[in-house]
Amino acid sequence: MQANVTDKQTAASSSAAATRLKQQRGRAEMMGERAIEVVIHLCGFSAIIFVFGIFFFVFREGAPFLAKLNIGEFLFSTEWFPTSQSHAKYGVGALIVGTLSVTSLAMVIAVPFGLGAAVFVSEFCNGKSKETLKVVIELLAAIPSVVWGFIGLTVMSPIIIKTFQVPIGVNMFNGALLLALMSVPIMVSIGEDALKAVPDSYREAAIAMGATKWQLVWRVLLPAAKNGLLAAVLLGVGRAIGETMAVLMATGHSVRIPHSIFDPVRTLTATIAAELGETSKGSDHYQSLFLIGILLFTITFVVNLAADLIVKGIKKK
Amino acid sequence: MAQAHFTATPFTRKKRRTEIIAKCFFGGMAAAMVIPLVLIVGYVVVQGAPSLSWEFLTTNPRLGGIRGGIWSALVGTIYIVTISLCVSAPIGVLSAVYLNEYAKDNWFTRIVNLAVVNLAGVPSIVHGLFGLGAFVYAAGMGKSILSASLTLSIMTLPVIIASTKEALSAVPVSFREACWNVGATRWQTIWRIVLPNSISGILTGVILQVSRTAGETAPIMLTGVATFKAIESTGLFLYNPVKDQCMALSMHLYYIATQANNAAPSLPYAIATVLLGAVLVVNATAIGVRAYLRSRKKW
Repeated sequence: MQANVTDKQTAASSSAAATRLKQQRGRAEMMGERAIEVVIHLCGFSAIIFVFGIFFFVFREGAPFLAKLNIGEFLFSTEWFPTSQSHAKYGVGALIVGTLSVTSLAMVIAVPFGLGAAVFVSEFCNGKSKETLKVVIELLAAIPSVVWGFIGLTVMSPIIIKTFQVPIGVNMFNGALLLALMSVPIMVSIGEDALKAVPDSYREAAIAMGATKWQLVWRVLLPAAKNGLLAAVLLGVGRAIGETMAVLMATGHSVRIPHSIFDPVRTLTATIAAELGETSKGSDHYQSLFLIGILLFTITFVVNLAADLIVKGIKKK
Repeated sequence: MAQAHFTATPFTRKKRRTEIIAKCFFGGMAAAMVIPLVLIVGYVVVQGAPSLSWEFLTTNPRLGGIRGGIWSALVGTIYIVTISLCVSAPIGVLSAVYLNEYAKDNWFTRIVNLAVVNLAGVPSIVHGLFGLGAFVYAAGMGKSILSASLTLSIMTLPVIIASTKEALSAVPVSFREACWNVGATRWQTIWRIVLPNSISGILTGVILQVSRTAGETAPIMLTGVATFKAIESTGLFLYNPVKDQCMALSMHLYYIATQANNAAPSLPYAIATVLLGAVLVVNATAIGVRAYLRSRKKW
């Protein structure tokens, strides 16, 4: 039949079909469309819900202990004796110092190497070698933290004992070295993005003036990309503070203020991981570990917020 | 050749020398972090490889885990990865669709983006505390595979959101406009045009999520992983995801390396090799898929 219809008829029937289609769509399809849009919106908000959920549920478990606690003492006392029968003490000062010292030592090692590698990837490599190096760095970022901890325990520890003539190989230096290696990949990838964002005209201008590559990097690129590089460092710091398994296995795990970089220390994260299994739900010890969780949440929140604001600032420019 | 007549002045020679020094300096920085790592990973694999065998993978651990194979740990990791993938992949992809296709550029969207960034930055052990408080106790799931998987799925959500979002925003706006102009609805456009064209990025995100989930230890340690458990060697449901705790490769490595006495010395190396091998193969697949699909891209 269709072979007989004229052009005019086709046009008329197709426009009629279109209106019919629209009317049909009005019911079933539009309902489906609505439903899927609601689902998409819910999923979109899920990140907010989860962040609040994390804060709520961790805080809920730890909150009852806040009433019994002197916050100043909790934060600044270095006496952490949660398992003592008669004189249980909950001071996380030494743990905070442990986290800060391991993280800062890690950054002292990681920042020059991470940013140096970012400069190398972005400015000195091209084509194949750049791709290869980026793939290798991406793979390094994928190594699980428990494997890092295992490496610290079995490979690094004897090397440190031999090289530095110290009695214990699992110590602050070991943990910091692992954290440095773990946070370098993220610094390289974010740092490389920051360097890529520097306009090529800057490079051309510097080279036209007769600058060497060395001068180009120091005098032009690093100052121009300094915000992005700062964000890269901050994300590395965030990763190092939150890292658990590697520091749990490789820092030696003794609660005290370290006097040298070869002293064993203990971090906030490692304390939660090591002790939570031994506590009973609702005990003071249990609740104090959740308060440490809130403290960690707050610290990393601030660090990530700062990094994010810096990155946003660059994009606006 | 014009260059043949060009004689290098001391100045240009000096300049060339600084150039080379600069390259070596920064190259050394990159090498200093890459080479030792490759050596260390190589060392672990060399130590672990002799005890790897099909039998090691498919027999249950014995004597509290210090002898025998890693069957129940391997299966446990696969269960956790599969379940958390089923939860986080759809939520993550739809969340990225919202951020890229629906969200307006206003303060609320900025907060959503900030929440994604912060979700990625929350320490893994805090995710573990959350899973313990929310799923194990508040939701009454107890320590189980389900609790552990849900905890990990929330933790790895940002990985999928980030790579999907990037892929969606790479699809040209003209594709969408063409689709709207023939009368397609918003969702039809997304389902038929936008998602198929960004499949490479989505796939990469999903694969990276798998590798991240497989290696994670701290959160599942608190929410549902046992240090020792033997299971049957064949069958479809080796664990009951709702009731059982399971073993996991990452946790098994931690336990054998730090807590267990008298374990065979090569055992932790062998577990580490399996874990490393799995994670690196999965990641290499992601990189390969990305490269393949990118090479087929038509615009």
